[in-house]
Amino acid sequence: MGARPPHLLDFQDWTPERLGAILDNADTMLQVLDRPVKKVPALQGLTVCNAFFENSTRTRTSFELAARRMSADVLTFAAGASSVSKGESLRDTLEVLTSYKVDAYIVRHHAAGAAHLVARYSGKPVINAGDGRRAHPTQALLDAYTIRQEYGSLEGKKVAILGDVRHSRVARSNAELLPKLGAQVVLCGPTTLLPPGLAQMPGVTLTTDPREAVRGAHAVMALRLQRERMSGGFLGSLQEYADTYQVNDTLLKEAESGAIVLHPGPMNRDLEISSDAADGPQSRILKQVENGQAIRMSVLYHLLVGRN
Amino acid sequence: MITITNIKRVGSEKTESVTIEGGLIKGWNLPTDQQGEGQVIDGQGGTVAPALIELHAHLREPGQTEKEDLSSGLAAAAAGGYGTVVSMPNTSPVVDDPAIVRSLIEKANSLGFARLRPAAALTKGQKGEELAELTYLKEAGAAMFTDDGRTNENARTLRLGLETAGSLGMVISVHAEDATLRADGVMNEGPVSEALGLPGNPAAAEAARVARDIEIVAGLHAQGVPARLHIQHLSTARALDLVRAAKAQGLPVTCEVCPHHLTLTDEALRSFDAIYKVAPPLRTQADADHLLEGLQDGSVDCLATDHAPHTRAEKERDLLDAPSGIAYIELAFPLMYTRFGETLGLERILDLMTAAPARVMGWDEPTLDAGAKADLVVLDLTTERPVNPAEFKSKAKFTPWAGETLKGWPVLTVVDGKVAYQR
Ligand SMILES: [Zn+2]
Repeated sequence: MGARPPHLLDFQDWTPERLGAILDNADTMLQVLDRPVKKVPALQGLTVCNAFFENSTRTRTSFELAARRMSADVLTFAAGASSVSKGESLRDTLEVLTSYKVDAYIVRHHAAGAAHLVARYSGKPVINAGDGRRAHPTQALLDAYTIRQEYGSLEGKKVAILGDVRHSRVARSNAELLPKLGAQVVLCGPTTLLPPGLAQMPGVTLTTDPREAVRGAHAVMALRLQRERMSGGFLGSLQEYADTYQVNDTLLKEAESGAIVLHPGPMNRDLEISSDAADGPQSRILKQVENGQAIRMSVLYHLLVGRN
Repeated sequence: MITITNIKRVGSEKTESVTIEGGLIKGWNLPTDQQGEGQVIDGQGGTVAPALIELHAHLREPGQTEKEDLSSGLAAAAAGGYGTVVSMPNTSPVVDDPAIVRSLIEKANSLGFARLRPAAALTKGQKGEELAELTYLKEAGAAMFTDDGRTNENARTLRLGLETAGSLGMVISVHAEDATLRADGVMNEGPVSEALGLPGNPAAAEAARVARDIEIVAGLHAQGVPARLHIQHLSTARALDLVRAAKAQGLPVTCEVCPHHLTLTDEALRSFDAIYKVAPPLRTQADADHLLEGLQDGSVDCLATDHAPHTRAEKERDLLDAPSGIAYIELAFPLMYTRFGETLGLERILDLMTAAPARVMGWDEPTLDAGAKADLVVLDLTTERPVNPAEFKSKAKFTPWAGETLKGWPVLTVVDGKVAYQR
């Protein structure tokens, strides 16, 4: 299976076998979540620090529940609510947290690479919960898991990802992960939001044509569009964007029949995704949230159990 | 009086001695009775050259002395073999007042390390709007004018500045980067920035600004208005090609390249270590190769380090929040000599760090002849030694090259006939 990577920062050091083991393990975790008592003692006695330098209630809650369901103690550090913020280096902040005897860090930060720095400075296992535009690996794992649930495997599957690719850590992480598991990824969006450099990633192609992107796809993912991108000059108007790139029933006709619809949430309904597509029979958006907890339990287990 | 024995002049295998008196080189191989009562220093078989000249260093005084100050910065320069340093004016307050220029020179003179020639701001507060009092700043001792740290967005102000400085016989140096194209970029834009998910700064941000500035000089030149433009820390192949073309037309445009742009590329950012965050950013290997060619064919005028110290805590921030800059004035010569001694040759490297910067500034070229100013450095070209930041005189005790083995270390620096550094 290859060496066990000490952190989940992105997928660079992860073999397909290790990634497969995380997905397999998530099946077990889903069963735990179906029990009347949704708790196992796997991480008893360990303290996991939720270090959120950037707000994200959804992701934080998902990680927190995952850790508690494995019986870990959870220390929550939110930079906004703390006196520790501007001016202090990431390293100084970590030294404070380290003195609380933390066993693992879950890190969310607005800057790409911040989770790598935490890994370097803390010496403890780090799970990247989203760093700038760089990576959001547990989101990509839960996406992969949701697709696998549907088709049994990712081998030979085509996944179309539409929207603001430039600023999306979800797009980058999926583009890194899915090809490792045998899928083909097409990234699609307006030219201003589709950096050509990403075409160099193995198994990834780019297109500005949404019909071409979705044609024959087994899964279609809409990315959240940040409204402030308008002022950055990336788009003529939100209406123009929606008319061209919205994931809706018309566009989905180009996909494989029964292709599933994904969205990392929270959604701008009727902007990047139509309500029909978001709530329709092909949507797996709520399933993603449920799977997210199982995946995060599985990742915590993989990184923390059986380690000296 | 000082006599340095056991040294070799560049290009010669002969062991010689030089005697210094009253701030001048008195003579070579003088008989012992003419060496007087003074100090005798063993040059340990080193190679002697005129002391290096730095056109681009941030010494952070006044106002940011937690990063560096005149004492630590000029001591670091002397340890790096430099006899003269041009300091950048983006301090707090900005060096836009003749009184600040005078006080900096006075303080530096009292320290006895490298000589300080402060650059003054081109515009008041470096805001890019109104010209500073360039005439008074020159009188106070300013070496040149620059808004380095800022990017001269207002083309008309730069044009007026070039006219004024030109009439004073002074150089304007520019940080050539279009801030609107740079936008929020923190590293070179390209496949590496995309893979890392970091906002990119395109090569066009530099090239577009260089093109604009050259056109301003060309326009003035055509009208017979004297104007001298020096482009700082050139980092891209395309911008260098524009400078080449301008020189071919005989325009008074010069440029400098920094050793870090020759020896590091954007690949270094894969570490996410903000130590590699510089402005302009580290570019590609193709850019670095092109800049090296420019040093070989003379289209790059000189080397400068852009010594830019910050506190360690600032550099331990993430890549978006950390400030730009590498501080390595103590390593510049050993780094260049170790990496490019074969390609460029010792004499070319020394020229790029001594006579060439003097030519850019319109100063007398330094020599080692009897009667010349006694600014010199003795270099140990053979002993290999790892870079040890703990030994740095600079307050910035960290560097991308820590632990790397280099040769060409300065063992003695003499400024104005006095020992400014001795290893
Ligand atoms: Zn600059």
